[in-house]
Amino acid sequence: MPAGLVSVHLLPLLGTSNLVDRLTFGVGATIVVLGAIGVVISRNPVHAALMLVMTLFGVAVLFVQEGANFLAAVQVIVYAGAIVVLFLFVIMFLGVDREENLAEEPLPLQRPLALGLMVLAIAGLLLLGIGSKWSIGPQSVAGPAAHQPGGDVAALGRSVFTTYLFPFEITAALLVIAVVGAVVLARRLRPPAEESSAGGVGGAAEDVGAAEDEGDDEDDEGIDSTEDMARSVAETVTARGRSDSDGTEAGP
Amino acid sequence: MTTAPVLSLIHVLALGDPLFSNGVHWAELLIVLIKVVVAFAALMVSVMLMIWFERKVISDMQARIGPNRAGPWGLLQTLADGTKLFFKEDLMPDQADRFVFKLAPYLSLLPAFLAFTIVPVGGVVTVASHTFELQVADPPVGILFLLAMSSVSVYGVMLAGWSSGSKYPLLGSVRASAQMISYEAALGMSVVTVVLIAGTLSTRGIINAQSHTFFTSWNLIRTGVVPFVLFMIAITAELQRPPFDLAEADSELVGGFHTEYASIRFAMFFLAEFMNTITMSAVIVTLFLGGPDGPTAHLPVLSWLIPIGWFLGKTVVFLFVYVWLRAALPRLRYDQLMDLGWKILIPLSLGWVLLVAAVLVGGWWGAGIFLGMALGFGLLVRAVVVGKERDSDTGSLSADLPAPRALPGSDPGRAGRFDPSSPRTSGL
Repeated sequence: MPAGLVSVHLLPLLGTSNLVDRLTFGVGATIVVLGAIGVVISRNPVHAALMLVMTLFGVAVLFVQEGANFLAAVQVIVYAGAIVVLFLFVIMFLGVDREENLAEEPLPLQRPLALGLMVLAIAGLLLLGIGSKWSIGPQSVAGPAAHQPGGDVAALGRSVFTTYLFPFEITAALLVIAVVGAVVLARRLRPPAEESSAGGVGGAAEDVGAAEDEGDDEDDEGIDSTEDMARSVAETVTARGRSDSDGTEAGP
Repeated sequence: MTTAPVLSLIHVLALGDPLFSNGVHWAELLIVLIKVVVAFAALMVSVMLMIWFERKVISDMQARIGPNRAGPWGLLQTLADGTKLFFKEDLMPDQADRFVFKLAPYLSLLPAFLAFTIVPVGGVVTVASHTFELQVADPPVGILFLLAMSSVSVYGVMLAGWSSGSKYPLLGSVRASAQMISYEAALGMSVVTVVLIAGTLSTRGIINAQSHTFFTSWNLIRTGVVPFVLFMIAITAELQRPPFDLAEADSELVGGFHTEYASIRFAMFFLAEFMNTITMSAVIVTLFLGGPDGPTAHLPVLSWLIPIGWFLGKTVVFLFVYVWLRAALPRLRYDQLMDLGWKILIPLSLGWVLLVAAVLVGGWWGAGIFLGMALGFGLLVRAVVVGKERDSDTGSLSADLPAPRALPGSDPGRAGRFDPSSPRTSGL
């Protein structure tokens, strides 16, 4: 027993470590579910994206609770730090950040049908979860993270670069294909004179600059040409995607 | 004693700290609480001093006097400014998204606070048989936590600009977030070299790996200086400090993303900015300069203060460098910023990661193979460029083909591109 300062065991207060785990899970899961509900019911796309960030943070908390520190950090860096930021970029630039009028219904039976399907899906998931150990793959491929030599980062590295090297590399190739596809789709043939001054990321920046200057005489937040904006966003997105896939390929 | 079952969550969060090796009791919680409070207070006071320091140094460099009214040498100027801001009217633009507008300053401030928790400010201290590290938290993924916080802080800037519902803040936040995303890659890559050398993600582990001999065992030398320079540039861009302060370019965008903010909300952005500057200086010291590492002497009780002194000294050097940069360098143009980030920093940092990895795995052989491949790649690129130049030369001669596409490497318009009257160069 450490001498000196008061060292009352916390155990009577917190029970076993099990209780703390449950408490953490409860808080994490609440954040996740509340965020998910918020994404669905927010009228404003930016608010929905923020709710998505909340969900991702909840998932990160759950990862920490499972001892998967690395995954938790990467969850925040990649999903909250990069992907949702890009969502926000697109939402803000394309000017779809206005509340939508949900009064008119394009499909009449949509809402009751959605409700019924949701109930069915949740019931099915719960039944499968309770009744059998249902999952789409092995539940664990490397064992619990806490007992790995070198911690969870080393365990993940070993799995990814030995047993699962091929799927890993294939995923990297898939990302590159997605980036190339995005570039092909987003690239617009321009008159050659313009092409010389606007190419690559710097060009995208200039496009935005041009849009800003042209938009000065109008009242709508300086963005008058949606086309210019869309192009610049697409180029930013692909540029970002490129860096992501680079990172994946040249991992540790 | 009975071995208390280690609370799994706390165990996971603070794996490295010897404080928790005997389980978690009231005493441990108290120590953690004291650490948090002390770190918070120290950070606030150092922000106050940093703002004063910056204004004073800038004044000296510009042959002015600077703040000299409030307190001795104007030391209390920041306090006076803060008090004034507190009592200013809190304005909210008519077009603003009220909730997000109020949320954004906190999203800016919170990551700035949290990022500092992983910085080791000193060695290991034993108080009343409790041994603990002088840092708030030592998670096993320490440096990734820093990157996570740095990517979360984009939200504060981005949402502040968007929710203001006006033109200049939106443009400022677009610039800021594009810039922060662009430089994050180079930042991460230079951190990867450090992690490769140290073999751990924990900041304490990175410190310990550098503490063999003074200076030569620091990562600054062991990673070969280049990652340090890259990190320094990338972090300056992340912080949006001059010369990368396009987001709040006051001559073009009024104040950038925080144009519409007033009163204490504005003060929070200001606080976050300076807090980030201090944190990042401390992180540079941690990653590349051995943190609290330095020659120590054996004093009766206070020998634990010497590493803290080393840490503070090194950090102040970088704080001074940031102020110096602000006084000395003009702001970059947006295309220069993007070119620097994407075409120079990212390829260079990626290449350096490969080189360090090759040397670690294969020694001189690895370096040789890497250099051979780099040479081959360079020749290939050169060949492609020459081939394209040829193509465009012949293309321009024939009348029925369109004008040649200028190449990035040999763009004749690039050198003479800057034209203040042209809207293209004066814009975002």
